[in-house]
Amino acid sequence: MNDILDLYQELIVDHSRSPKNFGELLVKSHYARGHNQLCGDIIDLDILVKDETVDAVAFHGDGCAISKASASLMTESIKGKTLAEVRHLFEAFHQMLTSDDAQASLGKLDVLKGVRQFPIRVKCATLCWHTLNAALTRKTERVTTE
Amino acid sequence: MNKISTFDVARIRQDFPGLNQTVWNCPLIYFDSAASAQKPQCVIDEIGNYYELYTSNIHRGAHRLSEIATAKYHDARAYVAKFLQIADAGQVVFTRNTTEAINLVTHCLGKIYFKAGDEIILTAMEHHANIVPWYLLSKEKNLTIKVAPIFDDGSLDLEGLMALFNEKTKFFAVAHASNVLGTINPIKKLVALARSYGVPTLIDGAQGVHHVPLDLKAVDPDFYCFSGHKAYGPSGIGVLYGKSTWLDRFPPYQGGGDMIEKVSFSDITFLEAPRKFEAGTPNIEGALGLKKALEYIDGIGLHKIHEYEKSLHDYALGHLHEMKRVRIVGSAEEKVSLLSFVIDGVHPHDVSTIFDRHGIAIRAGHLCAEPLMARLGVTALSRASLAFYNTYEEIDRFVSTFKQVFEVFKL
Repeated sequence: MNDILDLYQELIVDHSRSPKNFGELLVKSHYARGHNQLCGDIIDLDILVKDETVDAVAFHGDGCAISKASASLMTESIKGKTLAEVRHLFEAFHQMLTSDDAQASLGKLDVLKGVRQFPIRVKCATLCWHTLNAALTRKTERVTTE
Repeated sequence: MNKISTFDVARIRQDFPGLNQTVWNCPLIYFDSAASAQKPQCVIDEIGNYYELYTSNIHRGAHRLSEIATAKYHDARAYVAKFLQIADAGQVVFTRNTTEAINLVTHCLGKIYFKAGDEIILTAMEHHANIVPWYLLSKEKNLTIKVAPIFDDGSLDLEGLMALFNEKTKFFAVAHASNVLGTINPIKKLVALARSYGVPTLIDGAQGVHHVPLDLKAVDPDFYCFSGHKAYGPSGIGVLYGKSTWLDRFPPYQGGGDMIEKVSFSDITFLEAPRKFEAGTPNIEGALGLKKALEYIDGIGLHKIHEYEKSLHDYALGHLHEMKRVRIVGSAEEKVSLLSFVIDGVHPHDVSTIFDRHGIAIRAGHLCAEPLMARLGVTALSRASLAFYNTYEEIDRFVSTFKQVFEVFKL
């Protein structure tokens, strides 16, 4: 039962209750909506890219604590990063949640490491990242984690 | 709240091997029977027996094993008829599940019954299984779907429903019991009401047939359907009951072997109902297992089951009412034994993760009833659904687990 506390660390609960960068951007260059069919979580992600760099990012939507906290932490960690750095971070984050190999620290995002012990919740933590990926590659306007 | 001590739940639990296990090092508490119920040993054994002793195809081959399997398959159909208290087993069609039963009806009605402009009445509490097939049909045939309203307590608004009937109304489909609200609909009254307007009725019995004593002859709907796996039987087997006047007129649903009388490339004649609707080799072991499940229910008695489950429900409800942050969704007078709830400030998915780590299986999400979620003003719910193999002690442990939810989320 203690891994409940590994999953719902204070930082995660705090971010889910008072998410950072929550809302919409008035000026944006990229947008996508993510949808987790399993639980109905929805995230709308607005991004403003200038000179190949994330200048501004905001999200809104409805979801569980993990998906909200993950989105909040993601927006904090990608702001000011180049698109190449963002892509690298996406891969590193995905690996942290799905692979056993020890990874270098991803800073604040490390707090989501506990999700790995809850396989059915991995999708909650990665929904925002898949949405980000879709927004930046403009693959589709609507993303699912399936 | 009075606990019932005469119901020998300890004895019953021994019949369900799935209940006797630990999950995350805690004794399993299975509160998700409305999604799929645990199986008694007799059902598991029956399926094993089929595979071990008389694996063969039915309705073909003049050999001993096929003869036994065929007889057992027909016995299963006859038992379903007896369980539903209908005289004619020919009105019982085996399907994969409730969903397929409803699709069979919408498909066939689309071929022979509806015309553009006709109206269908559903209710606001329907499961997707009793919405999507009608939606597809309405798009194909240009029909209008009207939705009967519900009250805030989760009961059906009968006056609101009556106001929807008019000369264009051609069909009414309603759940026996709601998988979200628990509401048991007054199906006998509803069938009679629709019939007074000349409108036939389909009842989605997926959440009702194994919880509420039912005399289908007295209710007298045009169609009634249910799934095996929610009624302690196997998955992949379901039942469609249909009035002969409909089944005889219906064209085949799928074509293939086992549903034909005579075949040439230019002319084919079909068997009569119900076999007309059972193309190909059916789920033989599923039908056999379903019979065992229904026998098991009969062995205890649905009246006793209903009474005990109601007392479990009321016991749990009493405890949940004491928690200020827990909002119960669905408080109709007549309910099956499930409790949907929302904890203010906590997403249902997080709630179920915490319960799961305590070995308690509950459901979270939109519960396959998105229009009802919209009506209730929520995006998701938690649901604890109880069965006659659950206990008051399990409810105590369930109730005490809320504390950790409140702690983790600083409520």
